[in-house]
Amino acid sequence: MIQLQDITKVYPMGKRELTVLRGVSIHIEQGELVAIMGPSGSGKTTLLNIIGCLDKPTSGSYYLEGREVSRLSSGELAGIRGQKVGFVFQTFNLLPRLSALANVELGLRYSGGGNHHRAMEALDKVGLSDRANHRPTELSGGEQQRVAIARALAKDPPLILADEPTGNLDSHSGEVVISTLTTLHTEQGITLIVVTHDANIANHCQRIIQLKDGQVVAEEAV
Amino acid sequence: MRKWFEPLSSAWVGVVTHKLRSFLTILGIVIGVAAVITLMSIGRGAEAEIISRIETLGSDLIFIRPGATMMGGVRGAIGGANTLTLEDATAISEEVPYITSMAPSYSTSLQLVVGGQNMNAQVTGTTPEYQQAYNLEVAEGAFFSEYDYQRGAKVVVLGSSVKDTLFEGADPVGQQLRMGRNIVRVIGVLESKGASLMGSTDDAILIPLTAMQQMVAQPRTSQGERVVSSIALTVSDEEQASYVTDEITSLLRSRHQLGPGMDDDFSITSMEEIASMLSEAIGTMTLLLGAIAAISLLVGGIGVMNIMLVSVLERTREIGIRKALGARERDIWGQFLIEAALLTLAGGIIGVATGWVVSMGVSRTGLMTTVVSADIVLLAVSVSVGIGLFFGFYPAWNASRLNPIDALRSE
Repeated sequence: MIQLQDITKVYPMGKRELTVLRGVSIHIEQGELVAIMGPSGSGKTTLLNIIGCLDKPTSGSYYLEGREVSRLSSGELAGIRGQKVGFVFQTFNLLPRLSALANVELGLRYSGGGNHHRAMEALDKVGLSDRANHRPTELSGGEQQRVAIARALAKDPPLILADEPTGNLDSHSGEVVISTLTTLHTEQGITLIVVTHDANIANHCQRIIQLKDGQVVAEEAV
Repeated sequence: MRKWFEPLSSAWVGVVTHKLRSFLTILGIVIGVAAVITLMSIGRGAEAEIISRIETLGSDLIFIRPGATMMGGVRGAIGGANTLTLEDATAISEEVPYITSMAPSYSTSLQLVVGGQNMNAQVTGTTPEYQQAYNLEVAEGAFFSEYDYQRGAKVVVLGSSVKDTLFEGADPVGQQLRMGRNIVRVIGVLESKGASLMGSTDDAILIPLTAMQQMVAQPRTSQGERVVSSIALTVSDEEQASYVTDEITSLLRSRHQLGPGMDDDFSITSMEEIASMLSEAIGTMTLLLGAIAAISLLVGGIGVMNIMLVSVLERTREIGIRKALGARERDIWGQFLIEAALLTLAGGIIGVATGWVVSMGVSRTGLMTTVVSADIVLLAVSVSVGIGLFFGFYPAWNASRLNPIDALRSE
């Protein structure tokens, strides 16, 4: 499903250049649950952004479902994000003025067909259908992250990317979020890639990719 | 439908959550639109009033007066010379086409006495066609007839204010009054018309010119023609007014034996000409006022742009989120553009309402009539939406160009 070949990413930093990824090659099958781990600054988030089509690699090629996407225009990449990718962020990134339900509906808005019913269904899957009309500020951190998961889930994407999904949560809420994600993975066969520091989470995954200084240093099955 | 609903509703949410800020943002637009509406309605009102004044006089009227007297190279007032004659009027009637009525008149001051009332008044001797030329309605009795004119009947028609002065409410028709050394009979009273550009007919005392000639000595020119004070005539078609004016000019020039290079010794004014001149002048004034008001609209637009730029900055993270969810540049662009247009549309509508109320207030004072016309309202509202689109364009474009990763990272 995901094939990265020799991906590099270089950011211009004034006169110098900052090389974040130095030739990363990864292959991820459909339906896999993969953790990407590594110390800060190892390029985990950059890699995830490239996989999620939020960012383009400087060189190398990226095949998503057999299609080379690394050279597409920003409009085409937006289309892919809308159709294929659901994001879950460390900081939840819900819109504070909208209700939980409206936030989930927003996830459907840019993927073409969205309706109320599908948004409710997604909220139901994360166990928050009774909180549909609450605003994010009226929800706990764990609940907010589950709304974010529902938002990513609503459009039924083949791929969900989570960047430190439990990083801002206490351990109990974190566990609920992780079990929500893993349940979705097992029940719906969604390909799930999680960037994390937390070995506990990594242990739920099928494979762990270790990143260091922009390179894959280890790949191990759990 | 749904495609439009979400951006509209999120724009609405954006406007409503910052009530005070939204209000202050559109205040410039509100004031600008209100000013445009008020000033334009006052201008249109003035124009309408002048046109209606001219209509009451008859816009097909052409008015000929003698030229200025020349005393040793000093030019006197227009109308002072004895150059226009009854024979001129007859010649015009015979030789110029499209003329529907012809009223040469000779005015002089005479003493009037009724009972104890005694006044000096300007009496005008004219033809029965005077009534048609000046578009006069008779309130009581009748205007003098062609028959009265032929036999020089000593009958008069009074303007409404003359009637009030001399008869103090009593019915004057059939009454007699002394005019100079003669006794004349009142046969009619004119409907009041108020002041007009050619003076007020409410002060008129009209008598057949033939009767007048029996009472006073009408001056004659050196050729022996009978001098008149003015000639009023009407044309069948207002379009022909300028043609008729030209014809009369050349006819009178040849009758008065004016060689090339000599000035006319008469002046011709057509109502048509005056009306178009006046309404053009007022139209220009109105436009100028509108343009000044439009400057405040421009300032308001810049205010909108300022706030939209702030709003984009403030919502960088929201833009990042939307982009991560798959929003394309045009989605973001559209959202902010719609928000700007919605703001200024609201400003435009409030401005129209305010302007309307203000111009009604102006009308109420009685100083000026105002006309709020649909085209100005439509123009003002669409211009304010246009301002939103124009000044929202750059901020919206800015928003759409944000890099999603940077946008997500912003606080």
